[in-house]
Amino acid sequence: MRFLRLLGVFTRIGIQSDLAYRANFVFQMLESTMNLVSALAVVALVFSQTDSLAGWRAEELGALVGVYFLVLGVLNLVVAPSLQRFMEQVQDGTLDFVLTKPADAQLLVSLSQVRIWKIVDVLFGLAVLLVALARLSAEVGAGEAAAFGLALVTGASIVYSLWLFLSTLAFWFIRVENILMIFWNLYWAARWPVGIYPGWLRWTLTLIVPVAFAVTVPAQAIAGRLGEATLVGSVALALGTLAFSRWFWNRGLRRYSGASA
Amino acid sequence: MRGPIRLGALYRALLRISLLDQIQYRVSGAIWMIGAILEPLVFLVVWGTVAENQGGSVAGYEAGDFAAYYISMLVVNHLTFSWIMHTFQYRVQYGDLAYELLRPVHPIHNDVCANLAYKTIMLVILVPAVALLVIGFDPRFHWVAWSLATFLPALALAFATRFLIEWSLALASFWTTRILALNQLYFMFLMFLSGRIAPMDVFPGWLQSLAMALPFYWIIAFPVDLLLGRAAPAEAVRGLMVLSVWALVAALLLRMVWARASRRFTAVGA
Repeated sequence: MRFLRLLGVFTRIGIQSDLAYRANFVFQMLESTMNLVSALAVVALVFSQTDSLAGWRAEELGALVGVYFLVLGVLNLVVAPSLQRFMEQVQDGTLDFVLTKPADAQLLVSLSQVRIWKIVDVLFGLAVLLVALARLSAEVGAGEAAAFGLALVTGASIVYSLWLFLSTLAFWFIRVENILMIFWNLYWAARWPVGIYPGWLRWTLTLIVPVAFAVTVPAQAIAGRLGEATLVGSVALALGTLAFSRWFWNRGLRRYSGASA
Repeated sequence: MRGPIRLGALYRALLRISLLDQIQYRVSGAIWMIGAILEPLVFLVVWGTVAENQGGSVAGYEAGDFAAYYISMLVVNHLTFSWIMHTFQYRVQYGDLAYELLRPVHPIHNDVCANLAYKTIMLVILVPAVALLVIGFDPRFHWVAWSLATFLPALALAFATRFLIEWSLALASFWTTRILALNQLYFMFLMFLSGRIAPMDVFPGWLQSLAMALPFYWIIAFPVDLLLGRAAPAEAVRGLMVLSVWALVAALLLRMVWARASRRFTAVGA
């Protein structure tokens, strides 16, 4: 409940401050449109040469692109800008002001910045996803839909935990931005089903930087190719990573000595 | 003869400084390389998978040909790329350019040296990466001696052209702070028309013609084709001429835009 109230407040602040820069909306639309058109054009090019990519049909890969943009949008809407701000606050000591507020610090630093125009990516992702779903409507039943919803939430939780973990490193190291760069590079590779990659890369995307759970797994659910074991495994992993990143966050917080110390 | 000698001395000095400078930031430099290696690797896997699904080949390329193509693409794209369009706006906005303008030489020389220094240091990563890709993906190279001989001049021309074009486009920072959308438009064209997404033969005919009418094909895919021995002798010669013309056009463009841009510049605090 408290989570929703805080999110509501920060969203309102985000809208208010971003409305001052309305032209940004136009440029965000331009940027997102170019990104989406490129992504779909590559998929179209691939499927002009084949009917299936390692068992994935065009509509299923379209759904995967939709999930990719949806998750990307949510990341850029709140998680990435908030945690980036947090890392700056550790560096210049202004985290003190966050810690004195009477709410959970992890919650505050995870939600503090809402870049409202990034909602464009979320909406584009949803639109692509809906078109793909409409084309697959005969095959997607209630079971697949439920599995998809669950997979999406678990995938998002896993990616959030990873971001929190990486950002928490800022308590020990100053330049964490570089590590986040690695994340973005690997997330780009998640635009394709991880099953096509050679083993070492597949495992990297599944276990080390587990973006596969946020993109490939939900898309698999839509395609009706998600085994129960994978779904149960990803729920367990999500709970595990959420708990671990929370623990790690608290450890990092104990290390923080403030600006004036 | 004084001109070239002084330029040579200038480059020796700037290269030495750049090398020392880049060695300091070797970790972030290495992290940049992840993206540079991942991109061709991903497309190599995608097209290799398509070829497999289609009974072995797509548009005349078998899995081994795609491997050879993308390994060459990794090398050519890395050696010709510049980061100038990502960073130039900050130089203008934060006024760092003011110091560079005080120097008695054009700021582009320093950028060329920084670029070459970065690429020299990153050979430490590029060479093993290429070796691993060769081991992992079994590329089928058909080396052709005369074609390889034209590769180096083509690569040098391609680097010069790409650098001059990107430097000129980066100068748009003098007129607007909203440089991202323009950059992205350029990168989108570059991705599709320079052969990075797929070899030209995979594209429909009209896109191939478009890529060859613009500089995009010539600055990246053409040296790759020479490396792979895919161009006939007449095509190679014609390509080198086309590339020379684009290099010249890009140099003139830079001269023209720079003359106007530097007049507009007012440093912060000035």
